[in-house]
Amino acid sequence: MFCESGRQQGESLAVRGEPNPFNRRSFLMCALASGAAMGLGEFAEPAAAMPLGAGAQKQDDAQFTIEAKFYQKLQNKKIKCNLCPRGCTVGDKERGYCGVRENRGGTYYSLVHSRVCAAHVDPVEKKPLFHYLPGTVAFSLATAGCNVNCKFCQNWNISQSRPEQVPAEYVPPQRVAALAKQYGCPTIAYTYSEPVIFAEFLMDAADAGHEAGVWSIVVSNGYMQEEAMRAAYGKMDAVKIDLKAFSESYYRDVVTGQLKPVLESLVTLKKMGKWTEIVYLVLPGLNDSDAEFRGLATWIKTNLGEDVPLHFTQFHPEYLLKNLPITPVPTLERAKAIADAEGLHYVYIGNVPGHPAQNTYCPKCRRMLVERVGFTASQMLIRKDNSCPFCRHPIPGIWHA
Amino acid sequence: MKAMHSACRRDFLRKCLTGAAVLGAGGGAELLAAAEPGAAQAKSRVVVARDAMLRGTGATVDSRRMEGLLDRAMQTLFDRDRPIEAWKKLVRPGETVGLKVNTLGGRGVASNQQLVEAICERLQQAGIRAGDIVVWDRDSEEMEHAGFHLSMGGNRVQCFGTDQAGYEDDLVAFGSVGSRLSKILTQRTNVLINLPVLKDHDGAGVTIALKNMYGVIHNPNKYHPNGCDPYIADLNMLPVIRTRMRLTICDATTAMYEGGPGYKPEHSWKCNALLVSQDPVALDYTGWQIIERKRAEMGLKTLKGEDRAPNYIATAADSQHKLGTNDPRRISTLEV
Repeated sequence: MFCESGRQQGESLAVRGEPNPFNRRSFLMCALASGAAMGLGEFAEPAAAMPLGAGAQKQDDAQFTIEAKFYQKLQNKKIKCNLCPRGCTVGDKERGYCGVRENRGGTYYSLVHSRVCAAHVDPVEKKPLFHYLPGTVAFSLATAGCNVNCKFCQNWNISQSRPEQVPAEYVPPQRVAALAKQYGCPTIAYTYSEPVIFAEFLMDAADAGHEAGVWSIVVSNGYMQEEAMRAAYGKMDAVKIDLKAFSESYYRDVVTGQLKPVLESLVTLKKMGKWTEIVYLVLPGLNDSDAEFRGLATWIKTNLGEDVPLHFTQFHPEYLLKNLPITPVPTLERAKAIADAEGLHYVYIGNVPGHPAQNTYCPKCRRMLVERVGFTASQMLIRKDNSCPFCRHPIPGIWHA
Repeated sequence: MKAMHSACRRDFLRKCLTGAAVLGAGGGAELLAAAEPGAAQAKSRVVVARDAMLRGTGATVDSRRMEGLLDRAMQTLFDRDRPIEAWKKLVRPGETVGLKVNTLGGRGVASNQQLVEAICERLQQAGIRAGDIVVWDRDSEEMEHAGFHLSMGGNRVQCFGTDQAGYEDDLVAFGSVGSRLSKILTQRTNVLINLPVLKDHDGAGVTIALKNMYGVIHNPNKYHPNGCDPYIADLNMLPVIRTRMRLTICDATTAMYEGGPGYKPEHSWKCNALLVSQDPVALDYTGWQIIERKRAEMGLKTLKGEDRAPNYIATAADSQHKLGTNDPRRISTLEV
């Protein structure tokens, strides 16, 4: 039994603009019914889903549990987590805010190593990464858990759950790499929930992938401490960061996080030389002012450069913000116009099928270089030397494997 | 003249309410005890029942003495001569009763089994069928580690964790965090008796009655920032919890004054007490004071001095929550 995922948008398991096919029940059904599929190699089509499932049986926690990497021990068997800026101090028997790291007698453990609760073969455009191997697919996976709590989360069923509450399968790093190769994916994508919280697994899977000739990309909120980011995302070949707003109040009230550390992460990624794209989900009335768009674009240009792709994507009501309307397309176009005017070269509109701002244009001669239909790159003209075929202007990105 | 009218009206209402209760209950039964403080002027009663000989000369709690301690506490709280009368003030035949225990601390500091057995016995004597009693926490394995024997099905007291029943698909929220509730709470019970333990907590300051509700949701980790404030209070505002909550019996036979919530033998003491109340805020306030006194006795700083005062208690009492009172002038502490 397979679940469609090829039409899904962004990091979401849901279909933008359509009823979510992965409501909790159908997700579980899919997972339960297909528990054996992974081992049987039934996947023929690259866009087909990779349903997983541990079934209803009790998961063996031990096989998913390893000592966490980024923490320090404190008195009274407490620990301080140094993975994300939240910096949880966690008492014995308790978990951090993410729900997937637990203090057991003064030692901190990740409970989600190799604990894959969702896996799909997705177009890389779905992440979205538009300047990274267009037209290819990525073996995309997630574990349960997240270090923030966005009120608009479309994958809250997994991101806001504890690992033992979500059916999962044991997929160790070498198996991840092998599956990626088996299904013709040049890339492993860590996505859907929040890869920050399964950093140890991500690092090991990236190593296994590289040994097997498979690259790694991550779709992340960037809410991570610098040392952990350098260690974990240093192993990535490209990064997509969800910059959820350009105001601290939004991060506090809607995301349950902070803006400043995310901006610092973006600067760190630039220093690390990682190919990075930014997605900004536009929520009507909450983060859609001209001033915010302008501030965002100015900050990106000043701190990251004018060539960083910026995707303004359309919001659809989900989770705790079902009362908001869908983002009007003119709002997205206004955002793009402002960012264009501020001098950014690659500003896209996402989640609006057929919109011309899904395509990549040469900033110099304005000719179309990559045409996208849905999540498919239907035309890709960029030369092997990463330049425009019409004017030879360099087009930044990782265009060819 | 105006005052007289007012008084007459109150008197009239009181008579009507009493009459309605008698009519509604049938057979002359009394009005069930409300779970929260009623009249604005009424004091919240918190019974602190102690028995220095609870364990006799051994290390384990003596079942008979525990039963006696529980009876004393319940009779005092409900002002009844016989224990069964007190329990009949609380529950009616046909109701399904959930006993929410706390088993995080394992055998060292979990809701006491002898206490739970005594409560189950009294509930049945009050007319509750054994199969309509569910002893539960979030995780069956944790319950087993704490010494509970799992039991599902049949006409006997049920005992299992939410991992066996699952969580509701739909989210509920009061405040900023949405959660899925245990199906044991929503589908298996219409009365909730809260059986927390008395413990220090590294984040919230203390964990007693109100915080024990973290065990009914799927995502307690999202409720820990800022010393769990206002999250503990918000969670207890959920109608599913609030309308079911009838009583808190806090097990303080073994308590912790430092190092919680995990069990630390070096920071625990044999308090040999039960705290019983229908006002969870007043009970938490009272429990907090007991922990502070023990901390002082052990030469430790106050929780405020450690920057982890349980501010959630005041929040639970504020005008947005009104879950009870934290005003010591409005708490009647009955030591028995």
